[in-house]
Amino acid sequence: MSDFLRDYLTVFWFGALAIILGGLLLGIAAAIRPNKPNYEKLIAYESGVDPVGHGWSQSQIRYYVFALLFVVFDVEAVFIFPWAIQLEVYGLFGLAEMGIFVFVLLLGLVYAWKKGVLRWV
Amino acid sequence: MISLTIPYWGQSILRVVGGAVAVLLPAGTIVYLFLFKMMSFMQSRLGPMEAGPYGSMQLFAEVGKWLQKEDIVPEKADRVIFKMAPIIVLVSTFLLVAVVPFGPDAYFTQFDAGVFYMLAVSSVSVLGILIAGWSSANKYSLLGGLRAAGQLIAYELPMVLAVVGVVIQAGTMNLQSIVLEQNGGSMFGWDGLGNPYILTQFIGFAVFMIAVQAELTQTPFDMPIAESELVSGYMTEYSGFRFLMFFIAEFATAGVFSLIASVLFLGGWGIPFSWFGWTSVDSIDNWMNVVGPLIMFTKMMGLVFLIMWVRFSYPRFREDQLQRFAWKVLIPVSLVNIMVTAILKVAF
Repeated sequence: MSDFLRDYLTVFWFGALAIILGGLLLGIAAAIRPNKPNYEKLIAYESGVDPVGHGWSQSQIRYYVFALLFVVFDVEAVFIFPWAIQLEVYGLFGLAEMGIFVFVLLLGLVYAWKKGVLRWV
Repeated sequence: MISLTIPYWGQSILRVVGGAVAVLLPAGTIVYLFLFKMMSFMQSRLGPMEAGPYGSMQLFAEVGKWLQKEDIVPEKADRVIFKMAPIIVLVSTFLLVAVVPFGPDAYFTQFDAGVFYMLAVSSVSVLGILIAGWSSANKYSLLGGLRAAGQLIAYELPMVLAVVGVVIQAGTMNLQSIVLEQNGGSMFGWDGLGNPYILTQFIGFAVFMIAVQAELTQTPFDMPIAESELVSGYMTEYSGFRFLMFFIAEFATAGVFSLIASVLFLGGWGIPFSWFGWTSVDSIDNWMNVVGPLIMFTKMMGLVFLIMWVRFSYPRFREDQLQRFAWKVLIPVSLVNIMVTAILKVAF
């Protein structure tokens, strides 16, 4: 196995450990906990009254808009990290390039701001 | 003496399990007690007293108690996903620990994309929370889950951008190298303190800690579980051990994020190398493998204390204030911080 993959093997074990540990504890719990379901217990909790309508209701579009904005900035992060490491190498050239990039992004944020997308009402 | 060769995968399992049992479990127990006592004293009460001397076995008492609780899955819920959600959150927390270096040789793993990995893995918990909210088929849960998703993605960005400043200064994304850079570095030619980035990247540190507070949904940012509006948000329908898994993951993640913040900004496990005349990783004395984790632990306690202190001192934001703060204050500030850091780095 290459060194690169070896480093990530530990990550895999950590994930496996979390699943095994969680599964083990849940298994123990399943063995010793009581299980007496009844109708009252199994309906959704809505402050003590019987639930009205369906639990999976439609919700507002603004979460979607924020998610879109997030994608824009998160993709930017993908570009900005390699640049941050190599800044010494690129010097002034890299600085100017990233300055333009960040400026354009800021323009986008300002545009969204002016459009009122960032307002939560 | 018996000599046996263990294949690499076996060694790495031993390393992970040994580290988890010998270091993380006791550390978790101590931090858990510390947090509970601290919260209690802030609220003028005694906190756990019964389980073990001074309540020190509280974590085990909790686990023992919650194991016996009935696990109720609502009739309308999406059963498989509902049961899976707490495990996803737990996995996210565990994966975060993997990259944290505790000493010159005391680390689980280290790779060059460390910072990137840390940021990527930390956002996996959003998925767990979102599907917990969705699969419960409860209006409170759904609202809580959506709020959590909206909040976590909004504060993910300032966190990512705050870390860029550190990466620019260190010139690497390997967490171990970032620690070495800080302790081996110098500020304006003076190396008595090394170069902990909390001094040179203070804005980055402030933004990072605010974002961490929000990522953990701790109190000024706890709209997802706002108990006065949403009962318990995405956790409303959870009971028994699955609820405890969410609960413990929240505290554990607070600890792990404090570890990461201390690596990124406070110099991690190191002490300024100039004190002992160390120049590179190889010249560091071996006793640092014992002292290093303790130093990390101390710094972590300090940062966890800070997080909880803020939690118990501030009232909750409103949903719109929260989003406004992230998008209109933190993101522009951290973008400006990146550019200023880059200009200074190129200029000097």
